[in-house]
Amino acid sequence: MSLKHKTAIVGAWEHPTRFAPDKSAFQITAESLHGALLDAGLTLKDVDGILSSGMAGGMGIIALCDYLNIQPNFIDSTSVGGASFVFHVAHAAAAINAGLCNVCAVVFGSTVASRPAGFGGGGADPSDQYEVPFGPTTVGSYAMIAERHMHDYGTTPEQLAEIAVTTRLHASMNPVAKYRNPITINDVLASRIISSPLHLLDCCIISDGGGAVIVTSEERARDMKKKPVYLLGAAETARHTSDGHRDFLETAAFQTGKLAFERAGVTHKDIDMAMIYDSFTITVLVTLENLGFCKRGEGGAFVQGGRLRYDGAFPINTDGGGLSSCHPMMRGMFLLIEATRQLRGECGPRQVKNCLTALVNGTGGALGQRHSGATLILSNQ
Amino acid sequence: MADAPKKYSKPLPQIDEESRPYWEALQRHELYIQKCRDCGELRYYSRAQCGQCLSPSTEWIRCSGRGKVYTFTVTNQNNVAGFRESLPYVMAYVQLDEGVKILTNLVDCAPQQVKIGMPVEVVYEDVTPEVTLAKFRPAR
Repeated sequence: MSLKHKTAIVGAWEHPTRFAPDKSAFQITAESLHGALLDAGLTLKDVDGILSSGMAGGMGIIALCDYLNIQPNFIDSTSVGGASFVFHVAHAAAAINAGLCNVCAVVFGSTVASRPAGFGGGGADPSDQYEVPFGPTTVGSYAMIAERHMHDYGTTPEQLAEIAVTTRLHASMNPVAKYRNPITINDVLASRIISSPLHLLDCCIISDGGGAVIVTSEERARDMKKKPVYLLGAAETARHTSDGHRDFLETAAFQTGKLAFERAGVTHKDIDMAMIYDSFTITVLVTLENLGFCKRGEGGAFVQGGRLRYDGAFPINTDGGGLSSCHPMMRGMFLLIEATRQLRGECGPRQVKNCLTALVNGTGGALGQRHSGATLILSNQ
Repeated sequence: MADAPKKYSKPLPQIDEESRPYWEALQRHELYIQKCRDCGELRYYSRAQCGQCLSPSTEWIRCSGRGKVYTFTVTNQNNVAGFRESLPYVMAYVQLDEGVKILTNLVDCAPQQVKIGMPVEVVYEDVTPEVTLAKFRPAR
């Protein structure tokens, strides 16, 4: 049994806010759902599946059902960091295909910038006691991957910086992006080092934000307002410390990329643009290698020369990414929304020409400790 | 009278029954990892079952305390109490000679001198009466 071409994204809406001290995360979530349903030509009554992550409290999904006043037939609050919403689309597709529900809403809202919650202290995971005494940080976890990559393959800070520069160029063409003034490689290298070798401008921004996408069956998708964006293939997994034996430059994408391509029945040459989770510049570089767009160790050269620009040979993160547009702690939602907009041809000056097939890759958690990964392949054909 | 020692303010491990032998050994200034008696797999961090075969039959192996820097980062920003007062510090994975990689801090070394592949040795830091941490310094 395959999920290929059985379901489609039929509604997508990105909340324009980047700072919302006057709103709750639940309000941003509800506004996002409203926007996505209007985009699809559906109403709240049509929604019989709800998927979300990041709500306050361990049972936040029930609070969300209460807030939205819905009694769905399918609920999924898989919480695997920023990649969660990419997982949710795959889970929605599986649930719809299995007959559990008909119309799934994948929703998100966050006020992390206007009401930051401290984190980084001791947690309750079994591994935490072996890590928190040594001062791990999110950026430090990714920085250790960057340091090892530079050591093994000669990858340079300039190569990583080009990812940030290209992403900012894209943000300059997105009116709701948080940072829109163009930057140079020298600007990135001159910004302070947060955790070596990563500079401030190698790091994602912190913003409020939210969004929603609506997933339904291929059959029902035919009657919607907009052109459906079909799911061709999906895969998910996790990588971790592997009993102390992990090869740290192999990420979740190594497994999920291969599976997603097999399941979609397409090859790398078919991908017209990609949305790659850019928590940090190094995340993009190692993800592209692990997905097989270039060989391991060749990511540095691959990202140079404008290849990743909207008008380059392999456009990525055309909305301005987490590095420049928005990163409300979790970014998976915005990967889905921009890929959908590109496949519908709605991206104006940053539109990728002849965009038929897109790849979405979410990475959640801490790359140098434990992370989740999910890959989707989407097409307007 | 000598000055009272400054209170240790960094996060402490929440020791449980699976990890207690590891932390008790560190108090004796000994570093142990686990080995499965059934399949032979070495593992870090400590768990009651093997991550290869789920066997509960576990042997504790005393480590030489020597290894090499696998990767590292010089941390310039961390707002967690205890760390924000000790910036910059070096967080690293050290690959022990026994094979496993463990997360730690590198000490007794200027951050700019740290290199991947550098030989290091364990130093035991008694941070509270109950807790000793295994950190690493350049091998002597």
